[in-house]
Amino acid sequence: MTDLGSAPVPAVGRDDHVRGEGEEGVLVYADLGCPRCAATWRQLREQAGRLVFRHFPVASKHPRSPALHSAAEAAGLQGRFFEMVDSLYADRGRVDDPHLWRRAEDLGLDLERFQADRRSESVRDRIRRDFQSGIRAGVTGTPAVFDACTLLRDREREF
Amino acid sequence: MIAVGDQAPDFTLRNQDGEKVSLSDYAGRKVLLIFYPGDFSPVCGDQLSIYQEVKPEIEEKGVELVGISVDSFFAHQAFREKLGIDTTLLSDYEPKGEVARAYGSYLDAPLGFANRTLVLVDEEGKVAWTYESPNPGEFPGANVIFDALS
Repeated sequence: MTDLGSAPVPAVGRDDHVRGEGEEGVLVYADLGCPRCAATWRQLREQAGRLVFRHFPVASKHPRSPALHSAAEAAGLQGRFFEMVDSLYADRGRVDDPHLWRRAEDLGLDLERFQADRRSESVRDRIRRDFQSGIRAGVTGTPAVFDACTLLRDREREF
Repeated sequence: MIAVGDQAPDFTLRNQDGEKVSLSDYAGRKVLLIFYPGDFSPVCGDQLSIYQEVKPEIEEKGVELVGISVDSFFAHQAFREKLGIDTTLLSDYEPKGEVARAYGSYLDAPLGFANRTLVLVDEEGKVAWTYESPNPGEFPGANVIFDALS
């Protein structure tokens, strides 16, 4: 049975999506279908330090969010996670499947692999894991931004 | 606010489809009553959307979710459609806020709506747990519900 009781935000792990350099930074639970997240993303991108992205799709509010998060995660499996996130937040008007294929093409992704990965169970599980950690940390809306200094210090990965 | 261990006051209200629903219909099952200020307000929308995302996990624990506000059932129907949720919403519309008052959740004039309150009713119809937000602008994360159910 799934335990979604209160728990601290998990430390930054090996398979977290991390951009930037340094020992300081922020961690954000974000929804790729959320307009407030898109507006905040511009500011987060520009600040110094590390930026850790965790998935928090609220499908009932933004029906295309699950597909967008799957697309970003699938792009990440080909090393282009943040490029896909940037692309999705930069243009929120074109998010149907043909638009996602176009974005994948523009990023130089292997389309066949992208298609298979974005529909895979492992990608769904990866996104759900982030979402559930946000629920346990008490996230009630997006974007939810945390100071990542301690989380980076306690990290399990080597940068 | 109603106290843990009290018998939960029974009620009959209309759901989003105009059908009458009583608390006693849930006898033998656990139900989480979600009192909230009003349909189409941003915070209420966020609250019900987040709960919708973990509804399967809440139901896995044998608990059904029921939202209650002073809105009409027509508004509930539109609100559910807008949010894309399937949580039952009950209309505490006439006499306005009567059920919220019975549970000690009603905020009198000039507010005139229920505070954001959670009441877990057990299989025997007794209050098993309650949570009242410090103010209507804040809502408890879903983790708080799971803490109560653990």
